[in-house]
Order: sequence, then C-alpha cells, then structure tokens
Amino acid sequence: MAHTADDMMARPAGKSWWRTNQRRLAPWLFLAPGVFMFMLYVIYPIISSIWLSFYDWDGLGAKTWLGLDNYRELFADDNFYTSLWNNVIWLVFFMLAVPAGLFMAIFLNQTVTGIRIYKSLFFFPFVISQVVVGLIFSWFYAPNFGLLYKLIEWATGTGIAFLAEPQYVTYALVAAGLWPQIAYCMILYLTGLNNVSPDQVEAARLDGAKGWKMLWFVILPQLRPATFIAIVVTVIGALRSFDIVSIMTDGGPFGSSRVLSFYMYEQALSEYGYRMGYGAAIAVILFAIMMVFITGFIWKMVRDESGV
Amino acid sequence: MFPIPIEKTARTTQWLYTIALPLALILWLLPLMGVAVTSIRSSSDLAAGNYFGMPSTFAWTNYLEIFSNTPMLKYMRNSMFVTLPTVLGAVTLSCMAGFALAVYKFKSNLLLFFMFVAGNFVPFQILMVPVRDLTVQTGLYNTYSGLILFHIAFQTGFCTLFMRNFIKGLPFELIESARVEGVSEIRIFWHIVLPLMRPAIAALSVLIFTFIWNEYFWATVLTQGPEVQPVTAGLFSLNGQYIAQWQLVSAGSIVAALPPVLMFFLMQKHFIAGLTLGATKG
Repeated sequence: MAHTADDMMARPAGKSWWRTNQRRLAPWLFLAPGVFMFMLYVIYPIISSIWLSFYDWDGLGAKTWLGLDNYRELFADDNFYTSLWNNVIWLVFFMLAVPAGLFMAIFLNQTVTGIRIYKSLFFFPFVISQVVVGLIFSWFYAPNFGLLYKLIEWATGTGIAFLAEPQYVTYALVAAGLWPQIAYCMILYLTGLNNVSPDQVEAARLDGAKGWKMLWFVILPQLRPATFIAIVVTVIGALRSFDIVSIMTDGGPFGSSRVLSFYMYEQALSEYGYRMGYGAAIAVILFAIMMVFITGFIWKMVRDESGV
Repeated sequence: MFPIPIEKTARTTQWLYTIALPLALILWLLPLMGVAVTSIRSSSDLAAGNYFGMPSTFAWTNYLEIFSNTPMLKYMRNSMFVTLPTVLGAVTLSCMAGFALAVYKFKSNLLLFFMFVAGNFVPFQILMVPVRDLTVQTGLYNTYSGLILFHIAFQTGFCTLFMRNFIKGLPFELIESARVEGVSEIRIFWHIVLPLMRPAIAALSVLIFTFIWNEYFWATVLTQGPEVQPVTAGLFSLNGQYIAQWQLVSAGSIVAALPPVLMFFLMQKHFIAGLTLGATKG
C-alpha cells in the first residue's frame, strides 16, 4: 500500500499549482462536507451539552451558572437511580441476544428447501421500526385480551399485566427489545457461519470433536469477528433504548420503567418542564457510561487496524 | 459445515427438524401474526371479546379508515420526504469522506476515522438539546430540512466507516496506475473508484433507508404535528388517540412497516451485505 506514484513520476515543469499539490489537498476537499456536518451536528453538540450541564436553562431565557449543582441534585435523585438501575437490567438481559442469536443461526444454518425464506422471516423483526415492535408487544402484553396475558391466564388461572407491574415492567420491555436484537445477532452469526472454514471443521470431526466441544473450540474462535460486532451493537442498543420505553409505558407505571435516555428526555423536553441543564447532566452521565464501552471497542479496532 | 448437514443425520432427526422449523417460525412471529390478524378484525368482534376466534368478517375497512380518517397518508409522505434526501446526502458525503480516508495517507487520517466511528455510537441524548436549539435558531424546527440535515450528519459517521472499509478492499494498483498516467485525483474518484463502489452504495442506501424510515427519537424532538412528522411519530400519536381501538392501531402499524419490509425483501442481498460488513473478516 505504499504511495509511490509521486516518486516514480517526474513532474513536467510549469504545471499548475493545483496539479502539483492536489495529492496533498484532495483528501481535505473530499472530507470537507462530511467533516463539517459531523462537527456541527455531533462533535459541537457533545461539547455544548457538557457545558450546558453546569447551567440552569429553560431553553429560552438566560442561562444561570450552577457549577456542579445539577450533578449534586442528580446524585440525590431517586428517579435517577431507578433509571440507572433499569439501564443495568437492560444491559445485562439485552446481552442474551448474542447467545440466542448464535443458537438461532446454528439452527437455521442448513440447506433444506425453503431455508432462505425461513431465514428472511426469522430476520423480519429487525426490519420493522421499534415503534411498531413496541405497539406489537403492547398488544401482546395487554391485560384481558393480549395474547401472552391470555396464554398465562389459560395456563395458571390468572393473567399478569406485565406493563402495569413495577417489578416486571422493565423485564417485559427488555423482552420486546430482544425480539429484533436477536434477529440482528442471528444474521451476523449466519454470515459468520457461512465463512467458517470447512477444512477445519472436517479435521476436527476426524479428531472426534462434536457438539459443544466443536462449537466452543473450533467454531466460536472462527466466529470472533461476528461476536465482536454482535456485542458492540447489543451494548449500544441496550444503552440507547428509548423508543420501546416511550411507546410501551412512557416510563411508567410510576416512573418505574424509566431509563437514563428516557428520563433525560422527560426532564428536558416534556410536559414535566424544560430543564435543559438538568437534562444535559443526565445525558453527560449516560455519555460517560457509553464512552467506557466505546473506548474499549475503539481500542480493539485500533489494535486490529494496526495489526493488518 | 457446522452444524452437521441435516441430510446426513438420522431419519428421526430429519423428521424432527422438518417439524421444528415451521413451529419455531410460528412461535417467533406470534406477536406479529396476532397484530396482522387484529388489523382485519371488525370493531364489533373486538367489542364482543372475539380476539382469537374466527373473525365474523374480514374488516379490510380498517385500512380504509386509517387512510381516510387519520393523517396516515400525510405521515407516510413525510417519512418519504425525510428518508430519500437523507439517503442521497449521507451516501454522497460518505463516498467522498470514505475515499479520502481509504486512499490518502495523512497525519490525522486515523484520528478522523475513529472520530466518525465513535460519534456513531454516542447516545442521542447528549446531542439532543444543542441540536434542537440549533434547529430552532436556524428556523428549521418542524421542517423536513431540519430532520434531513441532522440525519445526514449523523449517518455520515456510520456510512464513512462502511465506505472507507469497502474502498480499502479494492485493488490499490488501479489508483496507482491511473496516477502514473497523470489522471487527476478527482477524476480517479469519479471514473475509477465510484463505479466500483456500486455494491456498497446499494447496500448502504437500503440500510439507511430502513434506519431513517424507522427512526423515532429525532422525529419527536425536531418535529411536531402531522404537517411534517414522520410515520413513526405519527403512529405514536395515533396510538394515543385510538386507545383500545386496536384494530386501527394494528392496521396503522402494518402500513408503517410496509416500506422497509418491501425494501428488505426486494434488496435482501444488499441489505444483509451491508449489515454484516465486518462480521466476517478478522
């Protein structure tokens, strides 16, 4: 990949300035629009939000400097801890999507007739909007007539209204979120399985490896890139969960299903008031949590990048 | 191949698999099928508690009703007006940025690349207040452009990552020999690299179309009311208006899901190629 064309080509004298300098300037020309937009809409807002989290602001009037008061209030706010705890539940249980997707991919990695249609239909939940997924599951859980409610009622005698019970609600939301996420992980693993080296599998079979041993020692190491991406998208998905909460429960009952992303939105932009500074402080905490993961992912990517 | 191909297993296993496959699919799609069935139930059936039995009639009128009595058509149009320009803009910007990051060596190359990657993962809430403020300040609140500009900027992160990795995989000799011939950098981009990027452009377009069509958070932050709101935000407000009218909410959900579903089934190869890029190379 050495860029040696420059050295090989003796430049004819008298060429225009552009012709002699274009190799140095071209990348910046190509990058300018993208970098400009990204700076304006992503990088600047991050800095601005951090700065704003030290102020009291209603979105219109003057900003009042508060120093760390927003954070002090936040660390004494029960709703903040509820949201944070729910984020932990999301993160832990959302990770089930990775093994579930793997087993689904193994189940579907066959060549029987019609398997392509089956694979697409299993993938289906990922293609539809989280809003629609949320509505579908609201209906699925709905007391008195929801399919799941009816099934539980039929099996045990009394149905459970999952979305109305503070102790169950977050788990019910995670389950709804898992539906498309499992499909996503499945498709990642299906592609990965497609590229598993048949020679190694055959060689391992001759050595007597099968079942779990085969999966653990031969297949999984080869699926590592798929696993990495599945973990990245699942962690990010769990911490970003907003749509499902907003659609299915609006944070309720009694705020028990709030997550940080939703609580931030509520504080900054809903009928509960326009507390932009306080909202920004919540966002900064969420951002800090995510940065831990993002840094880890990037660190691994940089290592791979320089290793190639 | 892993697992062992089913045709090489015992008879009983083969039978079991043939039965398990459709059974698993039905279980997997149960919530979706419930909604599809509800969307063609009459309100009288639902009122009478006939949720799962044979419907007395197939009430296709539910679909007519959401189009005639709600702004559904408007919402769908709004989604289209936001989604298509975003796809065009994000793909254009990322083709250029991806080309620059893949082909040229300069000091801040990796730094810029990882800025795009990292930006792509940040929580939307850290952007929310300043982006909303910026949009209001520029008079773009509750306009298509306000949403489109933000979406283009944000999607450029993911798209640039995608394009850069794709171009890295192209044979670099093509570019080198063109340079020896004295072809300008801009013509190299336009005449040599861009034609080779067609599969990547197709894959990204399908993906971004689906992402933006299904996007909900920014739709609620940057727009309000049926004049501009995309269908995801529209569905949410319909859901609020039609409490307990599940046949209408279901029909609306199905209609809103249709464009990305169609896109997926028509462009499946590109869609999956886009989604799984990076899942195979190590």
